[in-house]
Order: sequence, then C-alpha cells, then structure tokens
Amino acid sequence: MAYLAIVLRRVVQAIGLLAAVAILNFTLIHLAPGDIVSTIVGEMGGASEETIAELRRAYGVDRSYLEQLGIYLGRVAGGDLGTSIYYNKPVFSLILDRVPATVLLLLAALTMALVVGTALGVLAARYPRGWFAAVVNLISLFGFSAPVFWSGLMLLLLFASVIPILPPGGFYDVVAGAKGLAKALDIAHHLVLPATTLALIFLALYSRLARASMIEVLGSDYVRTARAKGLPERAVIFKHALRNALLPVVTVAGLQFSAMLAGAVLVETVFTWPGLGQLAFDSILRRDNQLILGILLLSAVLVTFGNLITDILYRIVDPRIKTDG
Amino acid sequence: MNRDHPAPLYNLPTNLGGFAVRVLFLLMAACFATAVNAQSVLVWGTTQVPRHFNPAVQSGIATMMPGAQIFASPLRFDEKWQPQPYLAESWSFQDDGKSLLLKLVPNAKFHDGRPITSEDVAFSILVAKQNHPFQSMLAAVERVETPDARIAIVRLSQPHPAILLALTSPFVPVLPKHIYGDGVDPKVHPRNTNPVGSGAYRFAEYKAGEHLILEKNKDYFLPGRPHFDRVIFRYFKDANALSLAIERREIHFTPFWGELAMIPRFEKTPGVAVTQKGGEAIGPINWLAINTRKKPFDDVRVRKAIAYAIDRDFIVKKLHGGRTQAALGPIAPASPFYNPAVEPYKVDIAKANRLLDEAGLKAGAGGVRHALTVDFIPGNREMHQNIAEYLKPQLKKVGFDVTVRAAPDFPTWAKRVGGHEFDLTTDSVFNWGDPVIGVHRTYLSSNIRPGVIWSNTQSYSNAKVDELLPKAGVERDATKRKGLYQEFQKIVVDEAPIVFLNLLPYYTIYDATLKNLPLTIWGACAPMDEMRR
Repeated sequence: MAYLAIVLRRVVQAIGLLAAVAILNFTLIHLAPGDIVSTIVGEMGGASEETIAELRRAYGVDRSYLEQLGIYLGRVAGGDLGTSIYYNKPVFSLILDRVPATVLLLLAALTMALVVGTALGVLAARYPRGWFAAVVNLISLFGFSAPVFWSGLMLLLLFASVIPILPPGGFYDVVAGAKGLAKALDIAHHLVLPATTLALIFLALYSRLARASMIEVLGSDYVRTARAKGLPERAVIFKHALRNALLPVVTVAGLQFSAMLAGAVLVETVFTWPGLGQLAFDSILRRDNQLILGILLLSAVLVTFGNLITDILYRIVDPRIKTDG
Repeated sequence: MNRDHPAPLYNLPTNLGGFAVRVLFLLMAACFATAVNAQSVLVWGTTQVPRHFNPAVQSGIATMMPGAQIFASPLRFDEKWQPQPYLAESWSFQDDGKSLLLKLVPNAKFHDGRPITSEDVAFSILVAKQNHPFQSMLAAVERVETPDARIAIVRLSQPHPAILLALTSPFVPVLPKHIYGDGVDPKVHPRNTNPVGSGAYRFAEYKAGEHLILEKNKDYFLPGRPHFDRVIFRYFKDANALSLAIERREIHFTPFWGELAMIPRFEKTPGVAVTQKGGEAIGPINWLAINTRKKPFDDVRVRKAIAYAIDRDFIVKKLHGGRTQAALGPIAPASPFYNPAVEPYKVDIAKANRLLDEAGLKAGAGGVRHALTVDFIPGNREMHQNIAEYLKPQLKKVGFDVTVRAAPDFPTWAKRVGGHEFDLTTDSVFNWGDPVIGVHRTYLSSNIRPGVIWSNTQSYSNAKVDELLPKAGVERDATKRKGLYQEFQKIVVDEAPIVFLNLLPYYTIYDATLKNLPLTIWGACAPMDEMRR
C-alpha cells in the first residue's frame, strides 16, 4: 500500500510538473516577437491588412494571452494537441509521422556510439601508452570538439562528393521507389551518414569513459588474481574486467539519450532526415506554435515519465531507499 | 606479463576488410537494383517547401512551382511578355476594356475526368479575388458571367490591363468547382495538399517537407504533352545537401537557386548546366529601405546622401562576385515598363557629405553626424547580412554610426519593419510581372499600413506618385502606360525612399540533356509541359 501511495503521489506530481511545463512553454513562445501569420505572409510575398487580420482571426492569434492559454490547456487536458497552422494537419499525426525516423536515427547512433566507443576505449586501455591509445584520444578530442553540424557537413562532403558512395540526404530514394527488403536496405544506406555524425560526439564520450574505467578495473586486485591464475587474456578482459568497466558507460548512455535527441535536431537538418528534430527546427522558425508546443510537451512527457519509472524502479530494486517519499 | 605489450586478443581473418567491402557493395547494389528508367522521370530539387499547392490562395515560388504543373490556368505568357492561349483558346477585351471575354478549349478535363466549364473558371477567378494575398491583382473584377459552358466574361469596374497577367498559373489556377465549391474556406481546404487540377501532371503523393510525386496527365488537353512519366519534387532542408545531390546528378532541375558561392562548382560539373534565363516577370529587387517617417530620414537630402555613399558596383562586383545585376529603380530591367534613365547614384562621398551638411546634420565628436540601425532579413546571407555589414564602414565615411541589428527569424524582422520600428533595412521585394501587382503597394501613400509587411513600410508619400500609379494601372494604351510608369520611376529614384541595390540572382541548375527549359517570363512557375530530354 505504501508503494501504491508513493506511486500515486509521484503521478500527481508528474502531472503538475507537466502542466507547469506546458504553461512555461506557452508563455515563452508567446513572448517571442512575430507569429505564424508573419511567416505565412512572408512566404506569400505580402498580404493586405484585411487578409492579415483575417488570418490572425482564423488562427486565433488575435486573442489575448490568457484566452489563448486557456484554450490551449483545455485542449491538452482533453488529449488534443491542436492543429498545425502551417501544415493544416493535427499536431499528433504530424509527430507520429516523424517518430519512426528519429527513433531509427537515435537507436542506430546510440548503438554505434556504444559499441565502437566501448571497443575503442577498451583497446586503448589495453595499450595505454601506445600509438593506438593516442589515435583514440585524438578521435575523442575531435568528436568532442567538432560541432555536430560541421562534422556532418565534412562527412557529407567526403562520402557524398569526394568518394561518392553514400547519399547526400533524405530517408530513402524516392525516385527508385524500392519496396520491401530493397527499401529497408535503401533506408540503411541513407542512415549511415546521419547516424555516424550523431554517433561521433557520443562515441568520443563513451570511448574516454570506457578507457578510464577499464584502466581502473585492469589495475584492480581481482584482475591481477585472474591473470595470476593463468587465465587467458581474452577471458580476463571479457569475463572479468569488461563487465565492471561497462557499468559507468551504461549509466551515462541512459542519461545521454535526451542530449542525443537535441543533437538529432541539427543532424536531421543537415541530412534532410525527416524526423522530429527537423520538424521541431522548422516549426520554431515558422512560429508554428501548436506544433512546437506539441513537440515540447511530448518531450516533457517522455522525460517526466522516464524519471518517474526510474524512481519507482529504484524503490523496488533498492529497499534502502525510504518509502516515505 | 608486460602490460604495455599484452597478448593479442584475437587473430582477425586477414580477408575481413575485403569481405566487408563486398558486403557493402552487395547492399548498395540491392539498393540501386530497383532504379527506374531515368528518361521518364524528372527530379526537381528545391529548398522551398510549400504549405500546399493551391496558388489561388497562396503566393510564393514554393507553391507556384508545383501548382503550375498541377493546375492549368486561362492563359500563359511567352518569353516576350505576350499572352498565349492555354485553357482559353482566345480572349478579347470589350466595353472599352471593362470586359474580358474568354473562350475555353473544348476538350479540357480535370484529373478526375470531369470536364472544365466556364463555371469553374468563374469560380476560380472569384476564389483568387477573395483569397489571394495580392488584392490589387483582381480588385477591378466585379463579377464573371458564364453565358455558356465555354464562354466566361469577366466584368471589370474599370479597365485593368494587368488582368491578362493575373490569369496565369502563378495567380489563377482553374480549380474544380465540384471540389472546392463545398463551402470550406479555400485557404485551409484539405484538398490544397491533395489537389485535383487539369495541368500536365496530376498529384500522386506528398510527404510534407520530403517529396511530392506528380504523374503524367494522360488526358492533358494539349496533345503530345507532357514528356515525363513522373515529376518528383525533392525538398532539401539544407542547400549544401541539395548542391551535392545536383553534382551527383540525382537532381535534374533546380530553379531559383540563389547561393552564389556554389555556382562556379556547378559550372564545372560535367553534365550540369547553369542559366539565368527565364522568370523575368518575378522581378526580385534587393534594396535598402529607409524609414522616411523618422528624422533625419524625412529629409530627402539625407536619403540622397545615403544613396550617394553606397558603392553599388562594390556590392555587385565584389560582394556578389559579379554574379548579380545592379538595380537602378523600382521596376526590374526585364520589365517592359523599365526606365533606365534615372539618377544612377554613382558613389560620391564628397557630394554625400555636402548634402548632409546642407541638411544640417553636422558632425559631432569623432566625426559622427548621426547614429542609425541597419536591419536585414535573416536567410540569404550574401544578399542581406553581408550588405548590412558592408554598410557599417561605408556609411561611416559620411558620418553615420551604424549598428547592424540581426533578427533571429523572419517573424521578428517582419514585426520590426512592418511596425515601422527601423531606420534602414535591406529587403527583397518582387515585381510579380505587372506593376499593379507587385510595385504599387510599396509607394502608394494609401498603402502605409503599420503591421503589414511589404506594404509602404517606408511611409513614403508623394502626391504625384499617388496620382501617376492609379492612372497607369488603368491605362490601356501600352505606350502611354509605359510613359506613366517611367515618370513614376524617375520621381521615386530621385526622392530615394529606397536605395535600389541589385537583382536577386536566380539561377536554374539543370541536367544538360534537358531541352525546352521553361524560359518564359514566369520560368519554373509556368507549366513545363514542353520540357523533355
């Protein structure tokens, strides 16, 4: 019962937090100068005063801040994220359309960063003063320092122009019109560059983390004991050292997911990858407020409930955490 | 064990690298295996993403380009600014220019098989009149009569020569009344993104912001056209990615390209051609607007001094590498109404200083006469930000302390300029063919409307201009009309509410095997039913 009460209390707190986030988002966007009508009129090449007034009326942006906020909160409470003024489509369906591309990009980048980053880190720890460790250090430094849009453009130039083996952008080749497995392979082909770009920065982080952690673990007593027992080096590394060395990497990887989502905004823009990041970027520039608010609210929901679930799981897994809150 | 030289973990097979490359190629081969015959597809690349495809309610190149392929219009224009038959096989003005009779072709059908009648034409003209942002374009239309299925008579409140240009694809697509006449507001009609037209290509698929697929209209009313089975618009968020796709020959046609730095690369790319021809009616002029409502810019001598202080040649030749053309006045040089005989404002710092002295703007501490702000539209750095930054040292030569003010996005800039909260700003404004459509709005004092971008945001007011423009708008005699517009241009350039800088450079990048490019005055905003390989 105590657990149930805590869970309920946490859920109520999460809903309160989401409401506060929704109000804050709405207020901040409302404070920015200009609105969606300015964007539409700009794309039209101008419009008469009457047309502008009519558009403002039609889209409800002529109402007061409080009126607009009230309408927005009422709609969200009813599960309706509103309609994108720019696309003239429900926000929820627009977001849903873009989720698969972003999830695919994030998972590919995360896997690449984890696998390659850890492997590089482990190998660098094995040869800490050798040339390999120096190269890994250099890659890490580069990955950490280079802005993601710059490294994306460089990779684009290298592999789409100088050595043109990868496509310069998009999700799949619409001209080829492939279906089934061929389409899946085509998507994979298009995924290589954006996923690598996004992975680079996190790869740098994980390789350094894995290297540091591995060096520490390799210096511990139980590893020395394992070697003294005459275990093969492979068994020492993979059976004994790696598992423990991976713990901080996995912990950080979980925390980095939201940072990766932020990185995806730029990567999707550079590679015309039709995901949530590109949708968010475009909607911010266009002041398509309902769409921006929808994306922000969705992100807030994911983070809040992710934290809520972690919180609950912690309490179940670790009884030392008090149940009184 | 020596930890610096540990035993190897694995002995990797030596041929693994070769194997990986083979797998990669197999994957790529599978990806390319379904490639279709490139002869039947035209891939159109652009960074301009449309909200929808209905040009009757939305202006802008992004909508006009696909709109002109999906919808047919009553008329089209050739490269010599002459009207040509399209859905109307003939036309004539009657009642001293106060009526326009359109006779439609007999065999035209919408993509859903329904015949096109004069009812559809009348409906479309009225939809555009009520909803198109360029209200002056069809303001003179009182009603449209339809005495029979092939005759539409447009009744005008006054002679309106611009109506012929207005009845072309960028402005008046012929909409199916049986679809759009359902009472839904045409500006937000759901069929705007899934349209039924009667143009050379029919709508097949649209993924917002990704691609648009059009298919050949096999029942097109002009026999033997079009020549492609499919036209695919690919939308790019980033010009760099688009330029790479062009170089890789994945894109066959990219009109309205404005990134100058990349043009030399395209010119050197085998199989890729570059032209600046076509689209002259759009008339995109890049200028420096001056807020004449604010002191000291209400004094014509101060405005002229600014004009004399700016080296237009430097902008065109150095900042733009000689790839733009100088603009001298409010009407673009390709227009039949253009007047080249205006004050050219050759750079003359001494004269500028003299004018400022005469205006009583004396130099203070550090030689500063006046502090001012220059805004610029975010987006095209070469055309706006670079020019704004150039103005800082250049205007300092005549004693202006310039602050360049950036805006994070278009709405912010539009709010400042539309709200008349600026001193000077760079801007790009289009002529849109006839001065009635794209020029009058900037100079008529009746169009000083705070809050409305691309109205008379300079707050310019001149009684003679207010008299000339309405007169030119209704003048039926082409020579007299030209004369009126020439007089107007002289006055406006002389009074310098705007310093005209250059034409926006619109290049078309295309596959060199393409023939019959759209070189008419609307360029790629016109139907491309003749283009082929």
